Amino acid sequence: MKILVLAEINNGELAEDQTSKTVSAAATLGKVDVLCASNNCSNASTNVAKMENVENVIVLEDEIFAQGLAESYSETLIDTINLYSHVFAPSSSFGKNVLPRIGGMLDVMVISDVSKVISEDTFERPVYAGNAIQTVQSVDKVKLISVRTSNYSAVPSTGSANIKKIDCIGKNPLTTFIENRMQTSDRPELTSAKVVVSGGRGVGSKENFEIIEGLADKLGAAVGASRAAVDSGFAPNDWQVGQTGKVVAPDLYVAVGISGAIQHLAGMKDSKVIVAINKDEEAPIFQVADFGLVDDLFKAVPEIEKKV
Amino acid sequence: MKILVPVKRVLDYNVKARVKADGSGIDLANVKMSMNPFDEIALEEAIRLKEKGNAEEIIAVSIGVQQNQETLRTALAMGADRAILVVATDDVHNDIEPLTVANILAAITLKEGPSLVLCGKQAIDNDFNATAQMLSAKLKWSQATFASEIDVREDMVRVTREVDGGLQTIDAKIPAVVSVDLRLNEPRYASLPNIMKAKRKPLEEISPAELGVEITQRLKVIKTKEPDSREAGLILENIDQLVEKIQENVGG
Ligand SMILES: Cc1cc2nc3c(=O)[nH]c(=O)nc-3n(C[C@H](O)[C@H](O)[C@H](O)COP(=O)(O)OP(=O)(O)OC[C@H]3O[C@@H](n4cnc5c(N)ncnc54)[C@H](O)[C@@H]3O)c2cc1C
Repeated sequence: MKILVLAEINNGELAEDQTSKTVSAAATLGKVDVLCASNNCSNASTNVAKMENVENVIVLEDEIFAQGLAESYSETLIDTINLYSHVFAPSSSFGKNVLPRIGGMLDVMVISDVSKVISEDTFERPVYAGNAIQTVQSVDKVKLISVRTSNYSAVPSTGSANIKKIDCIGKNPLTTFIENRMQTSDRPELTSAKVVVSGGRGVGSKENFEIIEGLADKLGAAVGASRAAVDSGFAPNDWQVGQTGKVVAPDLYVAVGISGAIQHLAGMKDSKVIVAINKDEEAPIFQVADFGLVDDLFKAVPEIEKKV
Repeated sequence: MKILVPVKRVLDYNVKARVKADGSGIDLANVKMSMNPFDEIALEEAIRLKEKGNAEEIIAVSIGVQQNQETLRTALAMGADRAILVVATDDVHNDIEPLTVANILAAITLKEGPSLVLCGKQAIDNDFNATAQMLSAKLKWSQATFASEIDVREDMVRVTREVDGGLQTIDAKIPAVVSVDLRLNEPRYASLPNIMKAKRKPLEEISPAELGVEITQRLKVIKTKEPDSREAGLILENIDQLVEKIQENVGG
């Protein structure tokens, strides 16, 4: 068994939380190597080398990797990847883009969104928006696993792995990067925040969403949203929590003006404590909430913000 | 150009999945099945591209059981020109894995010669999110996943992608495989006259063997279970009680 983790590095910047939690999942099977491929890996590789259970950090630098384009990434790295029996990546937009393409190249099934590594060939993963958990056993020669990182804790930074640089020539520009429009924020990252405050359609407008953001800032929380809130333009797409958005499992999740559709629950029902504020006492969100308040959000949320 | 759109028949998104008592899977007997919502969006986009003059023909493909022809009739009623049904199993509980689906779609692509394959980004049953990427690899085509905007130009397609940090725009050379996200468009409903017309549109049936593809299963499903359930908690009386609960659990 030889285990590789694909570090997520966006334009030179390590997605540390995602990568560390992926290492954590992979390390249930043994020591791991981590592949760092980006335009600039100096910071990323130093940080990865400190992650516990990492043996070798393999570094490839080329401009072609900067934006995580799937064809360049998989074509260029396939020889390196081929040396391993297990390849893990976070189940982020990076991992979901790249790993199945590698599967197609190797004629291997990808095991997406793994919530638990049971043994070297057996894994648990949620299906049907988390309404069922499947245990699957892979008969493929190589296991390609994307990790539902919200199910794992980051590894401690107590390690000291070797860093090996490999020369490479970036291949295959079938796609060309044009631009990124990324949200920048001083708030904690949604997928790693300890507290998340989310707003739904009930919030009513982009301006009103400031009520949600105000409470979030008071609590040092990340801001999330339902699909309805994103589709209505109240919140940007990268705030969406759910089956097709982000999966979060904070200590505290506060759902405001969200009805609790299964597709939304899929992204947050593993939170430790769920608080729901909704004016409709029949809203399904109350069936999963530890604490509920039946009230008008426009009255309740500003008052809560004042008092916490 | 031609556009190929794969459409999957899945448990309707409004129906809650029930795990079978013996742990062998999800109960799909006598439940409402519909077109995978993401595939509907892919099909809608293909139809809009045709209406804009970017495409001449739309071919819908479905892989699975015989009953998938209902899904294909829906696709034809929405606006696909013709349909291909690949009967790969006679048991609706037997989900065909994305790798096999990609092999079948690759064979159909070589036969039909589309310049663009528009896929849903994931099927809401197995939630794999893999078919488009695998197909793109098999064909050695360019790949653009999670599209929220598609603009077909001369020899490439400009795609805005929904990524974790926000939005990314890339140009993918044609031929390309594009997978679509929820915000790309809102699919139309098929009108009654179009449903009638769809009955006369061509629907061809072909077997995996005729396409030279073997149905394999790389992931054996050992067990399907219910997730840990959450109990409904307390409904609090007032805001002060809620404030207290929030304070107890922040940083806890
Ligand atoms: C394929 C697919 C994938 C999907 N993926 C996702 C996903 O990833 N994430 C997601 O969230 N959804 C997803 N959805 C959509 C999902 O089905 C729901 O439509 C959506 O979650 C509803 O959002 P909402 O709760 O904000 O809106 P609604 O269901 O409209 O609920 C609004 C709530 O606000 C309450 N409210 C209104 N006004 C007030 C007020 N003044 N004070 C207090 N409460 C108020 C109402 O009582 C109601 O309960 C998906 C759907 C499909 C088909």
